[in-house]
Amino acid sequence: MPIRLLKLLAIVALLLLPLTAGAQELKDLIAGLGEPDPKTAIEALATNDDPKAKAALQALAAGTLFRRLSDSAVIIGEKDGEMVVVTNAASGEIEDMAKPEELELIEADAAVKALLESAGATAEKADDTPLDFAGAVKALNADSFAQKGKAIERLSALADGRAIRVLEALAEGRLFIRRSDGATVIGDRSGNDVRLTLATTLEAAGIVAPSAVEPVVINNNLRNSIRELVGRLGLLSPDSAQRRRAADALIGAANSQSAGLLREAHGKEREPSIKAVMGLALAAADLVEGDKAQRLAAVEILKGFTDLRVRSLLQNRSAAESDPEVRAAITTAFNAVQHKLMLIGWAANIFQGISLGSVLLLAAIGLAITFGVMGVINMAHGEMIMLGAYSAFVVQEVFRAFLPPALIDLYLIVAIPVGFLVAGAFGIALERGVIRFLYGRPLETLLATWGISLILQQMVRSIFGSPNREVANPSWMTGGFDVVGGFSVTWNRLYIIIFCFAVLGVIALILQRTAFGLHMRAVTQNRDMASAMGIPTARIDALTFGLGSGIAGMAGVALSQIGNVSPNLGTFYIVDSFMVVVFGGVGNLLGTLVGAMTLGIVNKFLEPFAGAVLGKIAVLVFIILFIQKRPRGLFALRGRAAEG
Amino acid sequence: MTPFASVLGPRGWAAFLGIGLVLLVGVPILNLLPASSPFHIPNYLVPLLGKYACYAILALAMDLVWGYAGILSLGHGAFFALGGYCMGMYLMRQIGTRGVYGHPVLPDFMVFLNWKELPWYWHGFDWFIFAAFMALAVPALLAFVFGWFAFRSRVTGVYLSIITQALTFALLLAFFRNDMGFGGNNGLTDFKDILGFEMQAPATRRGLYVASILALGLSFLACRVIVTSRLGKVLLAVRDAESRVRFLGYSVTNAKLFAFTVSAILAGLAGALYVPQVGIINPSEFSPANSIEIAIWVAVGGRGTLVGAILGAGLVNWFKTWLTGAAPEIWLFFLGALFILVTLAMPAGVIGLAKQLRRKRPPAAAGAPAE
Repeated sequence: MPIRLLKLLAIVALLLLPLTAGAQELKDLIAGLGEPDPKTAIEALATNDDPKAKAALQALAAGTLFRRLSDSAVIIGEKDGEMVVVTNAASGEIEDMAKPEELELIEADAAVKALLESAGATAEKADDTPLDFAGAVKALNADSFAQKGKAIERLSALADGRAIRVLEALAEGRLFIRRSDGATVIGDRSGNDVRLTLATTLEAAGIVAPSAVEPVVINNNLRNSIRELVGRLGLLSPDSAQRRRAADALIGAANSQSAGLLREAHGKEREPSIKAVMGLALAAADLVEGDKAQRLAAVEILKGFTDLRVRSLLQNRSAAESDPEVRAAITTAFNAVQHKLMLIGWAANIFQGISLGSVLLLAAIGLAITFGVMGVINMAHGEMIMLGAYSAFVVQEVFRAFLPPALIDLYLIVAIPVGFLVAGAFGIALERGVIRFLYGRPLETLLATWGISLILQQMVRSIFGSPNREVANPSWMTGGFDVVGGFSVTWNRLYIIIFCFAVLGVIALILQRTAFGLHMRAVTQNRDMASAMGIPTARIDALTFGLGSGIAGMAGVALSQIGNVSPNLGTFYIVDSFMVVVFGGVGNLLGTLVGAMTLGIVNKFLEPFAGAVLGKIAVLVFIILFIQKRPRGLFALRGRAAEG
Repeated sequence: MTPFASVLGPRGWAAFLGIGLVLLVGVPILNLLPASSPFHIPNYLVPLLGKYACYAILALAMDLVWGYAGILSLGHGAFFALGGYCMGMYLMRQIGTRGVYGHPVLPDFMVFLNWKELPWYWHGFDWFIFAAFMALAVPALLAFVFGWFAFRSRVTGVYLSIITQALTFALLLAFFRNDMGFGGNNGLTDFKDILGFEMQAPATRRGLYVASILALGLSFLACRVIVTSRLGKVLLAVRDAESRVRFLGYSVTNAKLFAFTVSAILAGLAGALYVPQVGIINPSEFSPANSIEIAIWVAVGGRGTLVGAILGAGLVNWFKTWLTGAAPEIWLFFLGALFILVTLAMPAGVIGLAKQLRRKRPPAAAGAPAE
């Protein structure tokens, strides 16, 4: 009896064994890979359909399966520079970055490898099957970076022109998976939303919120290899823009394969500007790969370019170069490029400084005028700028809603006078309603206008909501042009500089050539005397305040073109505008101009040394010290009237 | 008795001691009553009142320079925050190894930023005495140096207001930086205990409250001593006609510098008491908006009267607590309106309004004001 019972039990157990093995948690199996004898775990995983099981087995075979020392979890590690990206093998999710010393490799001995080969053959096979374009695109969203790398190579091997767009999107982080159906899509920002294009067919797929898509993550190694592949794919394209981009991408990224292709493309190229870029990329490749004569020729070519990549290329090469003659040539070329780049850097700094200065000038002119004429500090001046910016936003929305799309580019032309009028009207109301009761009490005016600024901010926040609003550049203000390599000028900055000087000119004309300007200057110099001469000082005050605020409104329209519009836009500029006025002196356009430009340029020159924040602090401290020497600013008004 | 009599009149002393006693003893006792008692003051209210006391000290500091010496400083929040940071550094050092990372020497944020050793300026802050001294000395030094530069070159009026604002703005930017070693954006927080007492314990809270009230009382008396002295008269004269005072042979620079430095010390004291009661100090305390708000407390109460400053700080902040809880979006409208209303309609503040009303009533009711 007992023997039969035992047999029965044995049979039941045998029957149950595969069942329990199948029911065993995937997690435990994967943890089992880290045990001294992983055979059962491997066998069980080999029959498991879950992609995570396959991924873990492949990692074990490839030597990328680790045990994390901190919690002895089994993880898949992939090198990304110095660090290792940690993927939890059991959950398949990227968890963390780790240092290599925090991980212990799970080694596979010969027996395990043999077992893996028999088990993993199926998995590997599936990877090699030829795919169509859509399939290759889908494969980009693989679990591990290694698999993604393979998918990228296979996609480019298809030699399909569409692949360029997909790969570029992937490199720039614009390739997404749509959460609703898992489709691979290319996303472009459009305001606060994302415009989607199906990656498999390149058809438009509507606009969605950013939360509806999930980015396909890649690392720097993959990004570099994409650059090289895209370059190779695009070199022979019939589209000239694509050829230019391809050649550009290959600068410093070309390997021997792409260098051959590059040489071929360079020979065929007809458009001189693209030929030059290709020549540069080719020289960059030759510098590393070519023989001595080629290397020397490459140095000659590279010397003529001013590109940061050329500089680092020369720098890297001069360390690796063995031939003294070539090395000397590289050093000379490096110094030449370095010198040129420095000059360009200065030019770029000055341009950016003027650009910042013109923004400050626009923001400060109004303040300088009202301060000069009335001796009051308008703390709500920043909010006038903000009102101008919101006027631009509203005008843009009105154009979008009611006018044909062809006219949208004209909204800015309309927004400038609207911004002026809105802010100007608020300014006059402010002067008539509050400030005129406070003349002779500048400190109280300061507090009252601060109160107004709080109310205006909260009002705008109640109407438009607190998130940033986007005001789009008209098409004629987007983009820019390269002056020389490494120094490009964007249209919006350039237009703002021009606009700023135009405004300054108009104000100078008003001040010097009109009756209103004459009265304004008279009141600035001596209010009582002006009043005695019959100048209506109260009206002049109101109009001056309106003019100052209106200019601030136009400054706001200009600012909406270089940044987002938010209720506290004004507070970003108000302290700086005060500094300009204090530095330049009150009631004096020349002083404001010099003050704004100096501060703008000094700020930009300090930034590379000290960083943006420290640079700003240095400027503030400088002004605090400066005002000790010249308490009335650079260009102080002289005479008895100025001593009020 | 004479020195006492010159500081406050007999009614003044009576009111001062009476109100002081109620706040000092009454509130803690009511807090100790069982929760069922109708007179019980809940635990959350004690640090809140302590916080108001700190604000009141700050308002006194502001009133001393603005109400009496005519210097509208828009950077007093900086002195307050500096005092607060000194106290915060002490509290940070008290955490010891109880931080998240449990580092034996470094505070959490330094471990997080991969710092290897304590910066030199953090040394000494494990002693309370040193930290308390620094909480007063650092603002005093900054105010002295800044004031010396500013007053010597006769920077006055709105110019001075603007550069004090630039001062606090520069400090705001500086303290936002992680490499300053003050915790960057997050500031200093997660305090555990002060002088060995657990921070969250109701008894510690009561202790801090009592300390704040005592400090407020002493600050009030100190300000009173200053404004009733001959120097106080000079300060008033400076406010009203600076050039004339100078021509009379007084040193305007020294008088202003004295008031400004004392004021910064009071602001530092307020900050040092404030931080343990709210449990955090971060760079937003430096923001120019905070500093301007101090001016409105004083203006609401009535500048040029010390009682007004205390009253204004209490009133505005009590209202702020209530309104930001009840209808947060209205608070800024209200605060803005307050700025306009007070400057336009009641330049002498609540105290001035009270005096006006009293004057309109028959003379029988008129008496010497508490001030």
